[in-house]
Amino acid sequence: MTDITKEAISPSRSFLSQDAIQVFYRLLAALLICAVLAVLSDSFLSLGNILNVLRQASLTFFIASGLTLVVLTAGLDLSVGANVALSACLAGTVIHQTGSPVLGVLTALVAGGIVGLLNGVMVTALRIPSFIATYGMLWVLNGLTYWYMAGETIHGFPAGFRQIGSGYLFGLPIPVYLLLIFLAIGTVFAQRTIWGQEIYAIGANPVAARLSGIPVVRRLLLVYAVSGTMAGLASIIFLSRLNSAEADIGESLTLPAIAAVLIGGTSLFGGVGTVFGTFVGALILTLVLNGMNILSVSANWQPLVTGIIVILAVWLDMKARRRAQ
Amino acid sequence: MREAAVVSQPNPLQRIPGVAIVLVLLIALFGAIAPGFLSVANLSNVLVQSTILTMLALPMTLIIMTEGLDLSMGAVLTLTSLCVAIVSLATKSMLLGLAAGVLVGAAFGTVNGWLVAILGIPPFVATLGTLGMAQGLSLIVSDGQSVVGIPHSVRDIYSSTLLGVPVPIVMALVTYAAFHALLYHTRFGTYIFALGGNPEALRYAGLSPNRLLIAVYAIGGTMAGVAGLLMTARMNSGHPTAGLGLEFDAIAAVAVGGTSFERGNGWLLGTVLGVIAVGVLRNGLNLISLPSSVQVASVGVLVIVALFLDGIRSRA
Repeated sequence: MTDITKEAISPSRSFLSQDAIQVFYRLLAALLICAVLAVLSDSFLSLGNILNVLRQASLTFFIASGLTLVVLTAGLDLSVGANVALSACLAGTVIHQTGSPVLGVLTALVAGGIVGLLNGVMVTALRIPSFIATYGMLWVLNGLTYWYMAGETIHGFPAGFRQIGSGYLFGLPIPVYLLLIFLAIGTVFAQRTIWGQEIYAIGANPVAARLSGIPVVRRLLLVYAVSGTMAGLASIIFLSRLNSAEADIGESLTLPAIAAVLIGGTSLFGGVGTVFGTFVGALILTLVLNGMNILSVSANWQPLVTGIIVILAVWLDMKARRRAQ
Repeated sequence: MREAAVVSQPNPLQRIPGVAIVLVLLIALFGAIAPGFLSVANLSNVLVQSTILTMLALPMTLIIMTEGLDLSMGAVLTLTSLCVAIVSLATKSMLLGLAAGVLVGAAFGTVNGWLVAILGIPPFVATLGTLGMAQGLSLIVSDGQSVVGIPHSVRDIYSSTLLGVPVPIVMALVTYAAFHALLYHTRFGTYIFALGGNPEALRYAGLSPNRLLIAVYAIGGTMAGVAGLLMTARMNSGHPTAGLGLEFDAIAAVAVGGTSFERGNGWLLGTVLGVIAVGVLRNGLNLISLPSSVQVASVGVLVIVALFLDGIRSRA
């Protein structure tokens, strides 16, 4: 490898210094929000509410973790929410028709993955800017899902399947275990594998990455496919938790996922960020929304607050980058 | 190519084929398979229904020419439409309603421009954030309910005619004339070409690209306010999801109309033809009884194909 690549890859070596400090600040922020909410409301620190926050954060995290890899390559996937809806509706149908949750889970993962791969093809082969290609995909998927469902709702799934989203193991919700598993996989993949390092390199400097022999197109396809597959996984959790599938379940999921990635310190400009940061980002966002909920702020305020948080997070990131330069 | 975009307008003859062929093909297709499509009543219906989109797509063209994007337009239109409904309901005055809608739209547009120009936030994320904010404010001011009982003076805007021409079409024509004059016959227009083609040149010429950029986004928000009046008039109510996804139809119209996403040149007449193409597509699919969901999906495919072709042309 050339020197350029090593430099491009350097975010990994600085994980314990720069990135760790960034994540540490964000954990402090999360704790601060917890402290404020604990003072403001008695019900915040109840076990039920804390488990609820963790479960909610894990749902956002599943979508946001795949998205993190996309953003690390300086791309964006706006289709994740619509992907969740389509995957959930397809999986719901399969479970109803075959009675097999396993086939349903496979359907969701494959459907989500194919959608992600198509995004990757648009970005690489057709060279359409990612935010507009995936925005087009959003509406294609929305249209397909509404057409497929035709206003129907699929509900009532086998008890075993519903355990995935609503069950407990040793007192913790099952999605929290899944969160820990995927947090570990995502962190190891991004920080400790060649492919992960190549993804950072592509985001930091695509030209250098290509010149140093990284198969940029294949890595980008992988990244979008992973993002789609994680949306498929998230759709399973939603499906089993809600015990029903409807065409509109993905509409309010994309903005929070993007917010989690950006709050978590992943830069829109690529090459900087961690999957663990995204987990903290999901936690912070969920705490804010949960806090509004406990303080009886109408849910109508959530998109407004999420939108402000997205802009704030990008702005802070840009300020930090300017300082660094 | 970049330098050329600054000094000369794009040659329309190079583009007429693209969007005109799409439009002719769509009209021929639906003329053949959709009963009643070619009737005068239906075609004038397509045109009247295209007026709201025209008012979004024209400013979207300018924004895209600056290599920007405004994803918040649909949500801002929803909010301005609600403002028109609420204020005109409270004051019984159409003009005050319009003023409220335009003010709110202009404020959002200015915020978009400020985020993009001054803070330097990439347009698609800045406007995604303001999309969420406008959506949230729409829910808050309407409490998620429709606003009904608005005065007749508002509703009549959509249904009345001027010298035999429906008022929405008159408004769209005036808007087009204004944008045409602005883009092709003022220095401001020349600067917009420069902003997308070569912002450095503007700086050397002693101009502030930032203020121009803010103005371009502010125009977009203002037009969303005017279009909000038409939307409220058309639906005879304010509805918290009235403009959902309209920004996407606007982007589709601009992309199909031949404005480049990468080269900073735009063609307003192409955008209008693109708006009509989107309108024909939706209307035709509707006539052959395909649900609106299929219309949404096909507009998505239209955008992806148009952008793919744009990418090929800009690399050629």
